[in-house]
Amino acid sequence: MSQLSLYQETVQSRFLLGTARYPSPASLEKAVKISDCDIVTVSLRREKLGFSHHNERPGQSFWSLIQKIGVRVLPNTAGCFSVQEAVTTAHMARELMGTSWIKLEVIGDEHSLHPDVFGLVEAARILTEDGFSVFPYTTTDLGVAERLLQVGCQVLMPWASPIGSGQGLSDVAALEAMRASFPNVPLIVDAGIGRPSQAAEAMEMGFDAVLLNTAVARAGNPIQMALAFSKAIEAGHLAYQADCMEPYKGGMASSPIIGKACLG
Amino acid sequence: MLKPSDEQTDIAIIGGGVVGLVTALTLQDEGYAVHLYEKTPELGPQTCSWYAGGMIAPWCERDGAETEVIERGQQALTWWEQHYAGVKKNGSLVLSAARDRSEVLRFSRRTAEHVDLDAQGIMELEPVLGNRFHEGLFYPKEMHVDPREALPALAHSFVQRGGVLSMGCSVSARNLSEAFIIDCRGLSARHDLSRLRGVRGEMLRIHSQDVHFSRPIRLLHPRQPIYVIPRDYRILMVGATSIESDYDGPVTVRSAYEMLEAVQRLHPALGEADIIEASAGVRPAFPDNLPDIERDGRVIYANGLYRHGFLLSPWCAQKVASYLQELCGKAA
Repeated sequence: MSQLSLYQETVQSRFLLGTARYPSPASLEKAVKISDCDIVTVSLRREKLGFSHHNERPGQSFWSLIQKIGVRVLPNTAGCFSVQEAVTTAHMARELMGTSWIKLEVIGDEHSLHPDVFGLVEAARILTEDGFSVFPYTTTDLGVAERLLQVGCQVLMPWASPIGSGQGLSDVAALEAMRASFPNVPLIVDAGIGRPSQAAEAMEMGFDAVLLNTAVARAGNPIQMALAFSKAIEAGHLAYQADCMEPYKGGMASSPIIGKACLG
Repeated sequence: MLKPSDEQTDIAIIGGGVVGLVTALTLQDEGYAVHLYEKTPELGPQTCSWYAGGMIAPWCERDGAETEVIERGQQALTWWEQHYAGVKKNGSLVLSAARDRSEVLRFSRRTAEHVDLDAQGIMELEPVLGNRFHEGLFYPKEMHVDPREALPALAHSFVQRGGVLSMGCSVSARNLSEAFIIDCRGLSARHDLSRLRGVRGEMLRIHSQDVHFSRPIRLLHPRQPIYVIPRDYRILMVGATSIESDYDGPVTVRSAYEMLEAVQRLHPALGEADIIEASAGVRPAFPDNLPDIERDGRVIYANGLYRHGFLLSPWCAQKVASYLQELCGKAA
C-alpha cells in the first residue's frame, strides 16, 4: 500500500481514531493497538485531560494514559463555537500537547453540529499564520474547500454526515465531486461514519483516510469494532488502487461460452 | 455466630466510604474482628460515596462500562437486601425523547433483564409522566438506596455487631497493629497506587412539590444523559457528569446547565423545583474503570470503584474476604 503524507509527515495507517466516550482508557488503548492506527485525536475542551489542578498530586490522568499509548496526537477544538475560542484552544493544545497539528472545528449549530464554514476559514487563516498545521473539519462545499486551501491548509477533512450521527455517506455525489476537484490534496473523511462498510465505501472512492470515534467507542465491543474498521479501511484503499469494475446493466457471464459441452 | 474475640483475626479498615463500610460488614460476616478508621469526624460529606446515585443496577450500568460490571454487580442485589433494610426494590426505568429513539434501541440491545414499555406501561409505573414518553425500558430486578441513609445505617449495624468505629482518626497502615489492613481510602490512596486517577462527577439535589417518582429514571440523550433518583421528602437527586479531571471544586455553570436542561425535558414542571444542593466529588478509577485488589505486605488495597461504588462494593469486599482467607488459611 502506498503511504500517506500529511504536512510532510508520513503516516502508515489510514485510520485516525477519536479518544472520547470509550468504556475506559484501557479499552481505548486496546482499540488503538488492535487497529494499528498511528494518529489519535484528543479534545482539549470538555474532558479536561485530567491535568491535575494540584501539582503535588501524583498518579495517572487521562492525558498520561494517552501519552503511554505512544501514537501521534492530533489535538482538536471540538465544541468551539467561535473563531476566538477555536484559536485560543489551538494555542493551549500546542502548549500542553507539544504539537502544532490541530484538527480545527468551528461549530455553527449546536444541535446538528454543522461547521460554521465562515468562522472555519478565518480561524484556519489565523492559525496557519501562527505556524499551525491545520486539519479543518468542513463540509463538502467546493468553494469553502478552495478558500481553506488558499489560506494555507494542506489537508481537508470533509464530513460524511453530522458528527456522531452514524448516518454514513449522506451525499455520495458531493464527496465524489470533492475528490475529483482536489486530486492532489489529502482528503480525510471525518464524522458521520457508523459502519465499517461505509468507511470502506469512502476509501473505494479514493479518499485518503477516515477519522471516526463514536462508531468504535460506543460499539458493544469497541475493540473488535476498531479491528473491523481497520480491515474495512485497508480493504477500501486496496480496492481503490486496484480499480473497481464499472457496474453494467444486465448480466454478464463470467465463464466463457465457447467450449461448452454439446449434449445431444 | 462470632467466635470469641481472642480467637479472631484482627483486621483494620481505613476509609469509611461505601467500600470501607461494605468490606467491614462482609468481613464481620466471615467472623473477623474489624476496626474501621475514618479520618473525618462524621461519616459522609468528605467521601465521594455521599454524592453517589446509590443505584444497584447491574444491567443498566453495563451501558458505557466494561461487560464485567453485569456479572460482578449481580451479587450486590443480594448483599444489599441482606445488610440494609432501607433498600428500595422498585426497579429502574430508561427513557428517551422521541427524537433520541436510537438511544433506547442501543440501550436495549446492550443490556438484559428488561421489559419493553409503551406509553401506557410507562404511565402505569410513573403516573406523573403522563403520556410524555412513548417508549422505554423497565428493569424490574434493579434496586436503589439513598447513600446518605445507607452509609450511616451500615456504620450503625457494624457497631451493633461488635465492630469498632474510630471517627476523626487519621491513621497510617504501618502504625496499625492489626494482622491485616484493608485500605479503602479511594483517591487518597493515589500516592500508593500509581494506576489510580480521579474522575470528577457533579450532581444536584432538587425539591419539587409537584413531581415525584418511585424509581430511578435514566433519560438517555446522545450528548447529555442524566439520571434522576427519588429520595425522601420529595427530593430528587440528579446526576451525574463524568469528567476526566481530579478537580474537586464546585459544580460548573456548564454542567449545572446541562443537567437542569435535561431535568426539564423529563418533566417541564421540574422547572419550578428548588435547587437545594449542587455538589462535586472525585471518583477513584483504574485504567479499565473497574475495581481491583492489590496487596503490599499486610496491606490490601481495595480501590477503583469509579462510578459503581454501591454496585461493585460487595464484589470487591468478597474479593478481599477470599484473599484474606487464602492468606490466613482460614476455613470459610
